[in-house]
Amino acid sequence: MILAVASGKGGTGKTLVATNMASVAGEVQLVDCDAEEPNVHLFIKPIETEGVIPVTLSLPQIDEGKCTHCGRCAEACEYHALMVLGQQVLLFEELCHGCGACSFVCPEGAISERPKEIGRVEVGKRGSLRLIQGVLHVGEPMPSPVIRKAKALIDPSLMAILDAPPGTSCPVVETVKGADFCCLVTEPTPFGLYDLTLAVGMVKKLGIKMGVVLNRADVGDQGVREYLQGEEIPLLAEIPFDPRISEVCSRGGLVVEELPHYRGLFSSILLKVKELSSGG
Amino acid sequence: MKVVVTASGADLDAPVDPRFGRCSFFVIVDTDTMAFEAVENQAAMAAGGAGVQAAQLVANKGGQAVITGNIGPNAMAGLQAAGVKVYVGAEGTVRKSVELFKEGRLQEATSATASPHSGMGRGRW
Repeated sequence: MILAVASGKGGTGKTLVATNMASVAGEVQLVDCDAEEPNVHLFIKPIETEGVIPVTLSLPQIDEGKCTHCGRCAEACEYHALMVLGQQVLLFEELCHGCGACSFVCPEGAISERPKEIGRVEVGKRGSLRLIQGVLHVGEPMPSPVIRKAKALIDPSLMAILDAPPGTSCPVVETVKGADFCCLVTEPTPFGLYDLTLAVGMVKKLGIKMGVVLNRADVGDQGVREYLQGEEIPLLAEIPFDPRISEVCSRGGLVVEELPHYRGLFSSILLKVKELSSGG
Repeated sequence: MKVVVTASGADLDAPVDPRFGRCSFFVIVDTDTMAFEAVENQAAMAAGGAGVQAAQLVANKGGQAVITGNIGPNAMAGLQAAGVKVYVGAEGTVRKSVELFKEGRLQEATSATASPHSGMGRGRW
């Protein structure tokens, strides 16, 4: 099964939940989909490297000899990455999604495609945990193709836990879609609640079952709990506001290893997710 | 001379919209006769590439100059390639800004005056 860990609001503890769940899950794949700033490796510290796979985008290459400047490519481009002038076609590389529509519609066959490397996927292992990490090159604006590539390396016969980027935009949708279950991590504050409602809306639209982990559960207010009751969304676990957890995390440690009494909490999230995703 | 003014309405008395790619209307004015055509900006709410699409529209309409408030880097590159001059800092109505342009009182931009996506958000922040 594929379990995505997402949040809406940043800094709620997605990586805390994903890395610690993965560490008590036995044979598992942990996929860091936050390709703009992957940080799972800081906690998992893979010791064997399996490989590095480049991720490329296919950019249009225009043969000015064949081009009649008819403008169909620019009209077809959903992202406005092409501009056609009387004697010239301009490509705005950072707007191009590499979809290939321009070369598909070109009546002159004047558009070929050239690969441009935008990032890489690194695969490593530590014990029974396989880490797949998407890394977007600095300055590149579009992490989704890197996330797609990272997810394509998942072995479907084993469990995969995906650590999503924060927010609810394209990279998060790319991460969460196709998952069997989405675990949303939030905190009991008005900010946490507001961004949770956005994330819940996104997961509902994708038609994926979900549950919520409440981090720093003993601060803040009751807003998130009341919202979850109203929406009938299961509360999977509450993680207390414990300075020892912060201390372990800021050193790059794993809570389940250094504070073993928390092992049960992270195992219980996995158990509940498995129950909920198989039922109904 | 044909100039394209970014506006929040569809006529000469509409206020200038300071955003280029995400303005509501393009008012295309013949500076000799003050005859005009208004085109609604289909890309005003686009996720990205609004500046490029606006520059394409100006080029397709044969505009020789653009009058607006600010301009982003992609739009600027597109307009420069099309040989269109860009005048920024315009305020008041479309009519007034064309008059200032004719008097040579608008400032010509040679590089972008705004960052990408800065025209988004419709003035919320």
